[in-house]
Amino acid sequence: MTIKHRIENHVLYIILSGELDECTSNFVRQKLDQILEDKNYQQVIFDFSELEFMDSTGIGVLIGRYKKLKQHKIPIFIYNPSSQVEKIFKMSGLYEIMPRIA
Amino acid sequence: MNYYNEMNLHILAVSENESFARAVVGAFCLPLKPSLEDIADIKTAVSEAVTNSVVHAYPNKKGYIDIYVAIKDCTIAIEIKDYGVGIVDVQKAKQPFFTSLKNSERSGMGFTVMEGFMDQVTVDSIPGQGTTVRMQKTITNLKTAFGG
Repeated sequence: MTIKHRIENHVLYIILSGELDECTSNFVRQKLDQILEDKNYQQVIFDFSELEFMDSTGIGVLIGRYKKLKQHKIPIFIYNPSSQVEKIFKMSGLYEIMPRIA
Repeated sequence: MNYYNEMNLHILAVSENESFARAVVGAFCLPLKPSLEDIADIKTAVSEAVTNSVVHAYPNKKGYIDIYVAIKDCTIAIEIKDYGVGIVDVQKAKQPFFTSLKNSERSGMGFTVMEGFMDQVTVDSIPGQGTTVRMQKTITNLKTAFGG
């Protein structure tokens, strides 16, 4: 797993690449919390374009981050998941709390 | 169209083996020429079952997972077995969002994903003896399979 990020016009873009499963989830949690720490952004977009694999562990990771940002009223959006990841998002109802923007 | 093959994989129940297990099972199904979507479905379902065993089966001790796959014509049957603590209430464990590990950021979606991605899923578990997940999926793109 690699995680890149950038801030543009108060939007924090987080680009996930690789495979997000139970094995990589601790690294992903820690890295995301580190990136999310400075609250100098107004919304977060998770870019899934480069994510090759995700299982339901990813849902737990995303919901955990959602709960943290909700306290600060910062919304999260999902960008460009693969059809496999999309199916898991739909199954879990994740889009109800993190809408897909493209 | 007469294809038959079997494999066994015996692995330590550690999270490093989750990606290994799903890659092996995915590769084993390639002779059926499945679509990318079918392969992704199978790999995800395997990942969910293996993750369950890694996370729940052997608290604080070493244990193994056995994966058996049989392919007959276009149907893939997968069995993922551990010899761990087992599940007391399988029906409850299968409910969406149920997790026995509260405060661990686990989604409780594992069985729901397996059921959504495979044609058939059964779970047999005996507390103290272990859990076996059996899943089946039929690959439907017959046109490209078997060089047709």
